[in-house]
Amino acid sequence: MKPAMGMTLFYRRIASPLHAARAGAGAAWALSLTAATLILFHPIVLLALLAGVLGAAAGAGVRRAVARSLRTALIVALPIVLINVLVSREGLTVFARLGDLGPFGQGDLTLEALVYGAVIALKVTLLILVTTLAGLSIDPDELLRVFRRLSFRSALTASLATRMLPVLAADSQRLAEAQRTRSSGAPSGARARVALLGAMIGGSLDRAMDVAATLEVRGFAGARRAPRVTRPFSRHDMAFSASATAILALALAGRLTGAASFNAYPSLRMPTGAGTLTLCAALIAATLLPFWDRRGIEP
Amino acid sequence: MSKPLLSFQRVTYRYPGADAPALDDVSFDIHPGEFCLLAGLSGHGKSTLLRAACGLVPHFDGGRFAGHVTLAGLDTREHGPARLGALVGVLFQDPETQLVMSSVRAELALALESRGNGAAAVARGVEEVALALGIDSLLDRSTHELSGGEKQRVALGAALAGKPRMVLLDEPTSQLDPVAGDELIGLLRRLNQEWETTILLAEHRLERCLTAADRVIALERGRVACDGDPQSFLTWAGERVPALQTPGAKLFSLAGLHPPPVGVRAARATLRLNGLLPEQDGPVDVDGGNPDGHDLAPRPKRRRRRVGNERLALSIRGIWHELRDGPAILRGVTLGLAPGDSIALMGRNGAGKSTLLRHAAGLLEPTRGRVERAGRVALLLQNPSDYFIHERVGEEASAEALEAVGLAGMAARNPRDLSGGERQRLALAIVTGAASDSQDGPPAVLALDEPTRGMDRETKAELAAELRRRAREGQAVIVATHDPEFAAACARRALLLADGRVIADGPASELLAGGWYFATETARILSGSGGALLPQEGAELLRARAALLHPPAPAEVVL
Repeated sequence: MKPAMGMTLFYRRIASPLHAARAGAGAAWALSLTAATLILFHPIVLLALLAGVLGAAAGAGVRRAVARSLRTALIVALPIVLINVLVSREGLTVFARLGDLGPFGQGDLTLEALVYGAVIALKVTLLILVTTLAGLSIDPDELLRVFRRLSFRSALTASLATRMLPVLAADSQRLAEAQRTRSSGAPSGARARVALLGAMIGGSLDRAMDVAATLEVRGFAGARRAPRVTRPFSRHDMAFSASATAILALALAGRLTGAASFNAYPSLRMPTGAGTLTLCAALIAATLLPFWDRRGIEP
Repeated sequence: MSKPLLSFQRVTYRYPGADAPALDDVSFDIHPGEFCLLAGLSGHGKSTLLRAACGLVPHFDGGRFAGHVTLAGLDTREHGPARLGALVGVLFQDPETQLVMSSVRAELALALESRGNGAAAVARGVEEVALALGIDSLLDRSTHELSGGEKQRVALGAALAGKPRMVLLDEPTSQLDPVAGDELIGLLRRLNQEWETTILLAEHRLERCLTAADRVIALERGRVACDGDPQSFLTWAGERVPALQTPGAKLFSLAGLHPPPVGVRAARATLRLNGLLPEQDGPVDVDGGNPDGHDLAPRPKRRRRRVGNERLALSIRGIWHELRDGPAILRGVTLGLAPGDSIALMGRNGAGKSTLLRHAAGLLEPTRGRVERAGRVALLLQNPSDYFIHERVGEEASAEALEAVGLAGMAARNPRDLSGGERQRLALAIVTGAASDSQDGPPAVLALDEPTRGMDRETKAELAAELRRRAREGQAVIVATHDPEFAAACARRALLLADGRVIADGPASELLAGGWYFATETARILSGSGGALLPQEGAELLRARAALLHPPAPAEVVL
């Protein structure tokens, strides 16, 4: 057994430029990183983006949680590389021959399939890390408030779901603890698991009823559209908005100018000149620069 | 007199599928600005009455409803909770289910936004309620990282944000430590006096809030059994339902004093008038001795125990629990429990009590230090319902274990249909088991984490008796509790934790007698004199003192 970790996997307001920025600016910045990940294929540029995201996680004070997410992402990413190598029949550079695989043809493993698989795995990893970073650093209530102007109930339901995640996580931990303290030991076997699942669902429904009663007395049934809130842009709002624009522009420029072009098949073709390296440096800088200014970040 | 704000007229209500009505022909009026307390044993209709007052009964709960409830002239049959929500704020027992947003600011703003207030009105409302409740420093915090007391204050803030004319509260202090509980009651009193907010508060620990109340309505089996000022309620309780008496009232009743006191101040005034207050003779001896030199009640001797020098059921040596990138929850706690020991673990929310019990039971491993157990440590966690995974009581625990807790005849019932006290006993049977249930035999230590949450005094007394029985039989018992009365009833030794450290350790008669918050009402009335913690001990002390002051006249001699 290990002592409980002090790390949270949910949004918590801490002193960081990203937490200090308005949710809209933070979300735009995270979306631009997502878009760049989807647009770009060049492995070196993607690695630069990965470096930027990890640096941003450190700047946002959520390094440990993102590192944990990276381990999870690698568990997803490695099979992608292996499967692509095994199933792809494209590529000219054979590095291993598995012989005749019957209906699957010749089992030739190619370097191109390996690299392409790694690129896809890298993209998946980046998407997981950006999602984790955004989830930990952008206030979901503030973000969903924007949508409450469009559909109050749908957005409030989403807010509620976000709020209930840590509550239900705590509930399940409590139930698990209670079962461990039974004199006969924690119940085992399929029947006991089904019974435990039933108890957990029953507990969640009880909690849902209580929450529904709370919403009812707070006027949820007669809810109206949320008012528009205007507040001046802070330095962090502006920095993350500018960064989002820059990241998106750089990704598009890299794609259009060919600095980030990449072809895996039939043979690997990717530029590694000054243009590509400049693009990498610019992407890292654009991602990390908003974290440079740490004035006024205290909650 | 002003028109009533809340009016119940011959209200009878039965939950869907229930045999008996939860409210039975209930009629009363509450006027603007009243601070009204709702008393009654568990299951006698307090929560149902509050739900009826805000329209949840019958709109949300269904069932059969007769009579009329009107709130500010609006009949709850015609107006649902959403409409009534503008007039009444509601605070339920569990703060966890009342916080629906992720941040405190969003939580406070929700009710205002959903009623269509403009952005400026929402911002102002949030700011004002946060300042009024002293939670302005929490505005940017996430709701899931708040302490229990903070959550309850935020939930109260959310209920008050729309400036309702009335607030309904269902045992809001049941999960709070004595300090946070007193703060909350003080806050309600301030709201009542400064904003004329009408308060209707259901509570079990009446001694905590009786002094703040103008009026008490007591329910018995869903009917209004008493409706009067706190003094007349206590007189009624003494005659009809002693389980509803406050410890102070019980002390007076046992000592033959009248009238029953509404609070510590009133009790001391009466004692002073009768020359029975110990401090009249000089300053109170902090060691618990009487300043006039007479030891009126036997004081238990301090038992100093050196960990490791004798056979202990549980030995905790200098344990630390330090979170990575976080604070230390326990800081070098050392504690030894011999067989038959009974210890109350007290301290504020977050002091480390639950963590210490989890270490004792082996659910957590210390980052430093060592825990040694002579046998199994049975840990009963806060919520007994967390243990129930089967449809029948008989499937949850063996017949022998059920017999031991007095539930032998209930094997066929569904655990969720049991009363609060029965649930607690079933959970106790599940964690302790019978000798034949576990390879290790019966537990050497029984640890209980806040076992009295939401319990009425009667059920608490039953649990305390059960714990005393187990201690007599040689089991070491350790109980984490916020309730000094319960601690005094079940433990001989008390430990006070603060910030992960043991700051006081000694006989309960000393530790629970000398404080403001962690002291029983009897001890506060008697200034800790003679180590009397419970009304029975206090009454004995008062009778002895009265005998000293007024010795009986010598028998007349007839020549």
